Amino acid sequence: MLWETFKLALQSIIRNPMRSFLTVLGVVIGVAAVIAMVTVGNGSSAQVQADVESMGAGLLILKPGQNRMGPGANDGGAARPFDLSDVEAILDQINSISVAVPAGSQQVVAIFAGENYQTSVTGTRNGYFEATDWALSSGRLFSASEEKGKAVCIIGETVREELMGGADPIGEKIRIENLNCTVIGLLEAKGANTFGMDQDDIVVMPFKTFARRIAGSSDVTSITLSVRDGFSSDRAIDDLTSLMQDIRRIDPGEENDFSIRDTEQLANMLGSVTSVLTGLLSAVAAVSLLVGGIGIMNIMLVSVTERTREIGIRMAVGAQANQVLLQFLVEAIVLSALGGMLGILLGLTMGAVGCEMLNVPFIPDPGIIAVAFGFSAVVGVVFGYFPARSAARLDPIEALRH
Amino acid sequence: MPTEPLIRFKDITRVYGRGEAEVRALDGVSFDIHPGEFVSIMGPSGSGKSTAMNVLGCLDSATSGEYLFQGVDVSRLDLDQRALLRRHYLGFIFQGYNLLARTSAMQNVELPLIYKGMGREEREARALAALQKVGLAQRAHHDPSELSGGQQQRVAIARALAGDPQVILADEPTGNLDTKRSVEIMELMVELNQSEGITIVMVTHEDDMAAFGSRLIWMVDGKVESDHPTRKAK
Repeated sequence: MLWETFKLALQSIIRNPMRSFLTVLGVVIGVAAVIAMVTVGNGSSAQVQADVESMGAGLLILKPGQNRMGPGANDGGAARPFDLSDVEAILDQINSISVAVPAGSQQVVAIFAGENYQTSVTGTRNGYFEATDWALSSGRLFSASEEKGKAVCIIGETVREELMGGADPIGEKIRIENLNCTVIGLLEAKGANTFGMDQDDIVVMPFKTFARRIAGSSDVTSITLSVRDGFSSDRAIDDLTSLMQDIRRIDPGEENDFSIRDTEQLANMLGSVTSVLTGLLSAVAAVSLLVGGIGIMNIMLVSVTERTREIGIRMAVGAQANQVLLQFLVEAIVLSALGGMLGILLGLTMGAVGCEMLNVPFIPDPGIIAVAFGFSAVVGVVFGYFPARSAARLDPIEALRH
Repeated sequence: MPTEPLIRFKDITRVYGRGEAEVRALDGVSFDIHPGEFVSIMGPSGSGKSTAMNVLGCLDSATSGEYLFQGVDVSRLDLDQRALLRRHYLGFIFQGYNLLARTSAMQNVELPLIYKGMGREEREARALAALQKVGLAQRAHHDPSELSGGQQQRVAIARALAGDPQVILADEPTGNLDTKRSVEIMELMVELNQSEGITIVMVTHEDDMAAFGSRLIWMVDGKVESDHPTRKAK
């Protein structure tokens, strides 16, 4: 009987394709909007996550000066820089840190075979690649003797592209300022970071080489650190703060003259912004689902009036009130479930187009698809019940006279 | 008659409205109908014949009095039980045919069988057999709009027949048809009455049509004025 009722509902929906479509349009749009919003939102979150992770998971950066926002934010130059002994102290005394390497950087012009290219050079140690989770696509890391000040470098994909095109850079000599430098490694391409900066536009050389030949001083302007597995970044930041306060003799209550940047915090912050936005937009979309449900109720009520005689005939041949109720209820549910399915297709299409346009990964969420579909069926039950009940309550004599 | 009555109306009244506006559509109607009878009910408009039909068909309930169907007191049945009674024992034929629009003759005939919970194959076989009996098997897949009035009424008869009823209740079945078609419909009903043994109760206002029945009940002002066998034409 239920199967018959279902088939009957389908028949009456197909009999009026245009009306059926217009009836469920609200639900289609509602479901599509929710799914498109959530899909694009998920894609954006995933993109933010991936961007931050490409900078290195558990990565901390210690810089001199307060990391202020707004005007006068770059007063880092005025604060005391670090030196290599700070790096050693961190490695010796803080258990929650697994990698600590100096990282100084400077804008330079790199020259190769007559090509000039402005890039940034970073002086550091092998640990830098571990902390930033960055592998070589060819070549090798610095040897122990090279780290003591040899003229060698590892270059990023963009630098190779700009200077040598697609050619193998290993063993080539490039000139950086007045230093002739042998390329020993090529970094894997990472792409742009969260802020849109090209991470592959980089030349990396041993810290000592950088300090002597490029920067002209052994000051450490930044320390790159990695949180040891099993420790929280909050714990590592606490340990690091108290050690640095100790070393730099900052009294309790006095403002720190250094700052620690945490990629995980950044990821969480950006992630929460995205999810708040997604939530808001989904709420708006959910309202349109509600409106869609009212649309269904409207048409079903009209349909009950229109089909009064049909209801009378059904009652005359022995349909019970519950069976009439069921018929109209099933019809409303089938209608809105069909609308839900259409909405899912439309929403996924819109989501895919949106993700493509925003350049974020397309990640359909089966959970939200199930929820949206379920919700559209519930809309059918809730808004179909009232018209169905009025159909079931008709007096067969009146209905037949209609 | 020696048989147990199929239908017994005992002092049935049906009152609409209250006080000043009270209308006694049925005012103490009593009669028995036995299996195999073909009863015609006639009377001027407002005589209560349609109300009697509605009460007989369990579409309406009497205000007072006793209606026994095969010995069962119908006034004690609730709405769902009456629906079951209609489903299993009664077939309806209406003046306006009352077929479902945009639904093939076949599907129309299948309708009561769906409510009987019959499987598809059996249902289709029965529906086709019923259409065969009314001579419309070759039109099984036509919509009502593609059929003439006489054909539509024959589909309606097939629908009433398909459910294998004890009684067919016909409310002015020839009211919308010309004489030739009307006679065809009546001959069909007589045949069903005689060869299938189906009891028929028919409301009509045409003497010619009433004459096809075996018994005539005359109603005036909600009361039975006369009740006697007809002089059968054949």
